[in-house]
Amino acid sequence: MSEIETPIARVRGHGSAREGAEHWWTERLTSLATLLLFIWLAVSLLTLPDLELRTVSAWLASPMGAVPMILLVISTFWHLKLGLQVVVEDYVHEEGGKLFWLVLINFGAVLGAAFALFAILRIAFAGGAAPGV
Amino acid sequence: MHRNPSRPLSPHLTVWRWGPHMLVSILHRVTGVGLATVGAAVLVWWLLAIAGGAESYEYFAGWSKHWLGIVVAVGLTWAFFQHLFSGLRHFVMDIGAGYELGANKFWAVMTLAASILLTAFFWFYVVTMR
Repeated sequence: MSEIETPIARVRGHGSAREGAEHWWTERLTSLATLLLFIWLAVSLLTLPDLELRTVSAWLASPMGAVPMILLVISTFWHLKLGLQVVVEDYVHEEGGKLFWLVLINFGAVLGAAFALFAILRIAFAGGAAPGV
Repeated sequence: MHRNPSRPLSPHLTVWRWGPHMLVSILHRVTGVGLATVGAAVLVWWLLAIAGGAESYEYFAGWSKHWLGIVVAVGLTWAFFQHLFSGLRHFVMDIGAGYELGANKFWAVMTLAASILLTAFFWFYVVTMR
């Protein structure tokens, strides 16, 4: 395959960036993890006695609540970052715009995940006793 | 002129008609983008609302009972199930199976049926059991 490329095309970086397989595989891996963790979330929420703040924060403060929720946030935001990136790469062909969206997606995904993780840790380390309860 | 309708229409990019596989393909991206933006925002908001205490949790709970909140929640549930079943279909196609015209069309339609059915089932359960 590489013989089709001219040396100058190779130097300019046209063609495969050789990172596609990694992206593809991680997208599948995080999709499976996200699926399993959302099944856990749905079952957990539906089996809680009620959705009062006291009940929900006590559940999220327990190791069996906090740890899967941390994994859910990491897996979900990782997967959505990979997915949004593909959509932008497929539809935004103008280099400046593409760069803008890719930076925004990467920053946004990390920012969203950081806020979510902060919230979980705050609930967990407060032992479920959220302020005002 | 007789034409077998199960055959592809033509090799030209501008001559085509909609099929369920195309609808499911673009819906996978539309629902993915919806979940990644609106869904992710609601997830972060929900966690911050719990962490913030009684006042912020009440505010979140208030929106979850508002008609607009319910519309968004039902939309997100459907998007979740559509993306889920379409994603499972992608897993099958990833291993190289399910490309036969009949099977491909059948499972494309099935993802649409399953997502609507499970959304209805989920909300029926939430409304009646809680």
